[in-house]
Amino acid sequence: MAVIDQIARPDVTGRAARRSRGAPSGRPPWMDRPSPTMQALKVVVIAVIVLVMLYPFLYVIMFSFADGRSVTSGQLFPTSFSTAAYESIFAGGVVTRSLMVTAGITIVGTLLSLLFTSMLAYGLTRTRDVPFSKGAMVLVLCTMFFGAGIIPNYLLIKELGLLDSYWALILPGLISAFNMIVMRNFFMELPQELLESARIDGASEFRIFGSIVLPLSKAVLAVIALFYAVGYWNSFFNALLYINDTTKWPIQLVLNQYVVQGNAMSDLQAPDRPAPPAQTVQMAIVVVATVPILIVYPFAQRFFTKGVLTGAIKLSLIPIRRCRRYSSQNAEPPTKAPAP
Amino acid sequence: MSIEARDTEAPSLEQAVAGVPEESPTNPGAGGASRPRTRSRWQRMKREWQMYVFIVPGVAFFLLFAYVPLAGNVVAFQDYSAFRGVFDSQWVGLQNFANLFTDDEVLRAVVNTLVISFLQIVFAFPAPIILALFLNSLLGERIKRIIQTVVYLPHFISWVIVIAIWQKILGGAGPIAQLFDMIGVEGVNLMTNPETFKILLVSQVIWKDVGWGTIIFFAAISSIPTELYESAATDGAGSWRRMWHITLPGLVPVISLLLILTVGNVLTVGFEQLLLQQPAVGANAAQVLDTFVYFRGIAGGDWGLSAAAGLLKGVIATILVIFANRIAKRLGTGGIY
Repeated sequence: MAVIDQIARPDVTGRAARRSRGAPSGRPPWMDRPSPTMQALKVVVIAVIVLVMLYPFLYVIMFSFADGRSVTSGQLFPTSFSTAAYESIFAGGVVTRSLMVTAGITIVGTLLSLLFTSMLAYGLTRTRDVPFSKGAMVLVLCTMFFGAGIIPNYLLIKELGLLDSYWALILPGLISAFNMIVMRNFFMELPQELLESARIDGASEFRIFGSIVLPLSKAVLAVIALFYAVGYWNSFFNALLYINDTTKWPIQLVLNQYVVQGNAMSDLQAPDRPAPPAQTVQMAIVVVATVPILIVYPFAQRFFTKGVLTGAIKLSLIPIRRCRRYSSQNAEPPTKAPAP
Repeated sequence: MSIEARDTEAPSLEQAVAGVPEESPTNPGAGGASRPRTRSRWQRMKREWQMYVFIVPGVAFFLLFAYVPLAGNVVAFQDYSAFRGVFDSQWVGLQNFANLFTDDEVLRAVVNTLVISFLQIVFAFPAPIILALFLNSLLGERIKRIIQTVVYLPHFISWVIVIAIWQKILGGAGPIAQLFDMIGVEGVNLMTNPETFKILLVSQVIWKDVGWGTIIFFAAISSIPTELYESAATDGAGSWRRMWHITLPGLVPVISLLLILTVGNVLTVGFEQLLLQQPAVGANAAQVLDTFVYFRGIAGGDWGLSAAAGLLKGVIATILVIFANRIAKRLGTGGIY
């Protein structure tokens, strides 16, 4: 039953990770050898999946480096090469500025989100002996299954005077209840004896948090940081709602305006040279908006096979039950299975 | 049935030795024994003041950004004007809600929402199950990893980028249109065709999230004991029969739980996805409840009416989700948590 409690089990010794490298692969002795037709079929299916998933990315990357003739001639692979599109978008216009805006929001937002999420997650680990922290937990959990709606959220930001402020892109998503719970479960799986002995030795909670909890939680911090960073980088709707000033637009809004909606990009081109074709410029914008994600993705990939993610996905299914379970819960003694 | 959140690798030694803690939502071993609970609540609060430094900022955040806006829904009962603000706008009682039911666009949005949800459930919902079964049938760990890496990727790309990329491939200037051109069908633009738009939506959802959706099914598959397969094979069951009689039944609890929750979410369909593409295909094909609230309210200035639509949708959606959870629990599929 208690799957959730296994979420983000910290691998303090790293033993499991080391062993996984020697993971057995191939056919167990009892399994019959698959027929050649079956194997051929599987290879075809794999090829189709990989093609469908990757070719769109490849297409856009390749043709962002092509000149106009290649794009409109229906080639599957371009026969020309040109960096004119990139030169024009990096000439200091809208795209350059929006990339800097987005990078700033992503960095500041991710750091603040990590700080506040981990603080709250740690604060809620001791629901048994900190009065009202269980109530706080319920309060947070219940936000996972309702939202106030677009209009009330807009009105709040307006009343706070945050329209056209970068803070409107950071503050509303500062802490995700979901990420907070993933982190809290990880913290609770840390060896509590360690924290307890530090407490007995007179360490403050701040010291314990900074010198013991955080250093032991790098894996979960990395995953959550990735989730936040991707979220801030990709954030579109909040910007659409709250940012009217085009000089403050993040890259996703620029993409929407000039690529998805296809508006003219007169302000993108350097005045002293002929304009590169709109198609390639659009693809170049797509590429620069995607590349940062492609760069961090392999690092994050390492964690996908660990429990962090599996548990996290499962957790996302069950906000209500958790909400109710916590609210009906008394201070029961922990029912940890006795060690043999 | 319980499904264990096991890694694809073997469980770690610590886990195996110590046993999996059954329900342990509270902190084992912290406080408790060493700190008697006889003191008054106030004394305990004073002693633990440091913990409140951790808790208070987060709770303040949730109060301000999740609970305060709930009160903003009063706009639904007002003839709100941005000039007058929430406090001075005129109260109109249930007039906005009454207007909702006579508004043709609301009806269209409801119909579109339900049709799209239905298509998602029929086509997008089973896709990750099929993919997970297929990947599970592959023997090589490395090839499995590589494909997983590839299929998870689009999940991390924003909808804006996904639609931009799809436009380049399927749009009027893309290779697909050129292909149609060559066989004599001119001017094919699958991105702006209202008739095929709903199919397009579902395909986009599958492309973006099919890989991500497999994670949960993998977790379920990995918890099926290998001995079952082994003894079935010894008894002469081929790989199809093993899949049909062992793997699929092992997935039934997760599938039914997910299905119920998906049905509970019928009123919510990919908001950004539709918002981005509505200008290209028109409101007839692409107006759903959430986009109605945005276009009518924020963009169109009809605040009261769209807030009423948002509030009604939010309340019904929450009830549906709670109800769906009840059913999931009643069916005994609670094993996932």
